[in-house]
Amino acid sequence: MYDYNDFDDHFVRERVAQFRAQVERRIDGSLTEDEFRPLRLMNGLYLQLHAYMLRVAIPYGTLNSAKMRQLAMIADRWDKGYGHFTTRQNIQYNWPELKDVPDMLEALADVGMHAIQTSGNTIRNVTADHFAGAAADEIEDPRPVAELLRQWSTDHPEFQFLPRKFKIAITGSPNDRAVTKAHDIGLRMVTRDGEPGFEVIVGGGLGRTPMIGQVVRDFLPKADLLPYVEAIVSVYNLLGRRDNKYKARIKITVHENGLDKIRELVEARFAEIRPGFSGHDQHLLAELERSFASPDFVRKPADAYLAARNSDPVFRSWSDTNLSEHLHANYALVSISLKAHGQTPGDSTSDQMRVMADLAERYGHDELRISHEQNVILPHVHKSDLPAVHAALKSAGLATANIGLISDIIACPGMDYCALATARSIPVAQEIATRFEELKLEHEIGPLKIKISGCINACGHHHVGHIGILGLDRAGVENYQITLGGDGSEDAVVGERAGPGFAYDEITDAIERIVHAYLALREDKAETFLQTYRRLGAQPFKDALYPKEEKADAA
Amino acid sequence: MSRAFTPKIVTANALLEGDVIYLTADDRWSRDLSEAELIDDEAHAQLRLLDAESARNVVGAYLADAVAGPKGPKPVHFREAFRAKGPSNYAHGKQEDRKHV
Repeated sequence: MYDYNDFDDHFVRERVAQFRAQVERRIDGSLTEDEFRPLRLMNGLYLQLHAYMLRVAIPYGTLNSAKMRQLAMIADRWDKGYGHFTTRQNIQYNWPELKDVPDMLEALADVGMHAIQTSGNTIRNVTADHFAGAAADEIEDPRPVAELLRQWSTDHPEFQFLPRKFKIAITGSPNDRAVTKAHDIGLRMVTRDGEPGFEVIVGGGLGRTPMIGQVVRDFLPKADLLPYVEAIVSVYNLLGRRDNKYKARIKITVHENGLDKIRELVEARFAEIRPGFSGHDQHLLAELERSFASPDFVRKPADAYLAARNSDPVFRSWSDTNLSEHLHANYALVSISLKAHGQTPGDSTSDQMRVMADLAERYGHDELRISHEQNVILPHVHKSDLPAVHAALKSAGLATANIGLISDIIACPGMDYCALATARSIPVAQEIATRFEELKLEHEIGPLKIKISGCINACGHHHVGHIGILGLDRAGVENYQITLGGDGSEDAVVGERAGPGFAYDEITDAIERIVHAYLALREDKAETFLQTYRRLGAQPFKDALYPKEEKADAA
Repeated sequence: MSRAFTPKIVTANALLEGDVIYLTADDRWSRDLSEAELIDDEAHAQLRLLDAESARNVVGAYLADAVAGPKGPKPVHFREAFRAKGPSNYAHGKQEDRKHV
C-alpha cells in the first residue's frame, strides 16, 4: 500500500482548500454555474438527476481498512449511509449537498484519498487487476507501475485538456481481469527472455463506437513505460479530434489514422522524450515496489478450511464460487459479492463497509480491493480463516455465492441516478437476479456474465458481456437491446446485436429464453455459455429470442 | 402547418441540494411537480425559461413536456417521471420526503 508523502498530502489539501473557496463563491453568487461547473468537475462533483454525485477515485482499486472505514464514515455523515462502487474502481456518493463536499474531500485527504481527475478530459483513475499482488497466475504486481502512473498523470500540465477523457488499465497477469483491451491504453505484463515488460495496447474503448484495442508495442521494457505512455498521450493530445465530441477518443484517432501511423508517431515522440527520463522515475518505481511488497504470509495448516467444506454445504457452495487461487498455496483470494439477489449491484451500506474493513484488518493483512465487476476482494486470507470470514460476511448479508454467475451482474447507475442515461439499468439487474434465484438455476447455468448499460456510453460494459443489455429511449419508452457473445478477457470481443429491443417488462423473459436455449444446446455441463455461443453462433439464440419471427419466416 | 405546442413546465436543480425543482406561476421554486406552472404558449415558455436561467440558486433550467392532470401538471416522458419521484431502487429523494410529510 502506498502512503501519501508530504508532497501528496500538501497537494491534495491545497486542492481541497481551493475547492472550498470555490464552493463558497458559488453559493454566495459570485461564481455562475458556467464558471463553477468545470471547477466542480475537476474535483469529481457531478450534478445528476436528483442530486449531486461525488465520484471518489480508488487508485487501482486498492484500499486498506482505514480508508474503507473513512468511506463508511463519509457515507453516514454526508450521504445516505451507503456508497456505490463502479466499473472504474471508484466509489460514488449519490446524495451529497454542495456545502458539504469540501468537508467530504477533507475527510478523504485525511486517509490519503481524493476525487481529482475522476471527471473531465484528463487521465482518469488508473485501474488494475483486482487480484494484483495475490493472483497465482501473476508475473508481477502491477500496482507500483499503476501508482507511478497515478503520480505522473495527476495534475500533469500537458494533459489537463485532452481532446477527451483518457483511461488506462493495467494487469500483471496473462489472464486479463482488467479489461485492458477496452481502454484507451491497456498494459499487459509479459516476459521476454525472463525480463518482465509490457504489451502496450492502444485505442480500445466501448461507448457508441466500441473497439477492441490494438497492440502498438508487443514488448516494452519496464524502464521505458513512463516515457512510452507519455509519448502516446502526447501524440493523441495533438492528433485527437476536438471538432466532434463523439470522435474525440483515441480509439477514433487510431481508427482514422491507422495503427501504423500512430505507432510511427509514438515511436518518434518516444525517441524524442526518452533521454529526458534520466532515471528519477525508475528510482521512484523502486521505492513504490518496496511499498507494495507482499505481506508476511502466515505459515499454519489449512485443515479448518477442509473441515468446513466437508461439514457445511453453504460454506462449500460459497467457497466454490467466491474463492480464487492465491500465489500462496495456503491462502485464498476472497471475492465478496455486492450482488445479493435483488440488491443494487455495487452498493454497500456503511455497516457492510465496516464489516469488510474489520475482516481485512483481522484476517486479510489489511488489504481490500474493488473490482471493475463491482465487488470487493479480500486478497490475502489464510484458508484456515475462511470459515470465520464466511460467517462474518453471512451475518452482514455479504456471503452471496454468485461470483461469475448470472446474478453477478454489472450495472451502471442508469436513469435512476445518471443525467446521461436513456433508460434504467439497476431494476433490470435486480429483476434478472431475482428471477434466476427463484428458478434455482444459477449454479446449473455456470459462468455467465451479464452486463447492463443505461445508455450508449456503456459504463456497464454491455459490449463485453456474454449477454449485454443496453437501455435506450425509443419514442419515449424504455427499450432494451441485447448483445450476445461479448468477452472482456484477454480474448476480448465485442458482442453482436441480437435484433430488435425489448420493453422494460419483457427483458427478463427474453434473458430467460436465451438461458434456456443455452441449457438445451450445450454439449455438457462443462461447456460454458460463451463456449456454446462460439461453437454454434448467434442464430439458435436469436431463434429463442424471437420465436414468432421464425414462424413468420417459415410460412 | 406547425405542430401543436406541447405544454411545458420549467424545471431545474436546486443549487444547494441538487434536488429537482419546478417554477410556479407565482415565481416560486417548488419541489413538487404538481405546483409547477403549466405553460401552453410557446412565447411565454421561452420568457419563463429566461426568468429561470437568471434565477439564483437554480442550476440547469430547461423546458420539459407536461400535461394537465387532476392534481396539477403530470410528466410526459419517463425521465421526468423519475425526476418527479426519485430512484426506483431505494425510497430516496422526493418519495422519501413525501413519506415524512
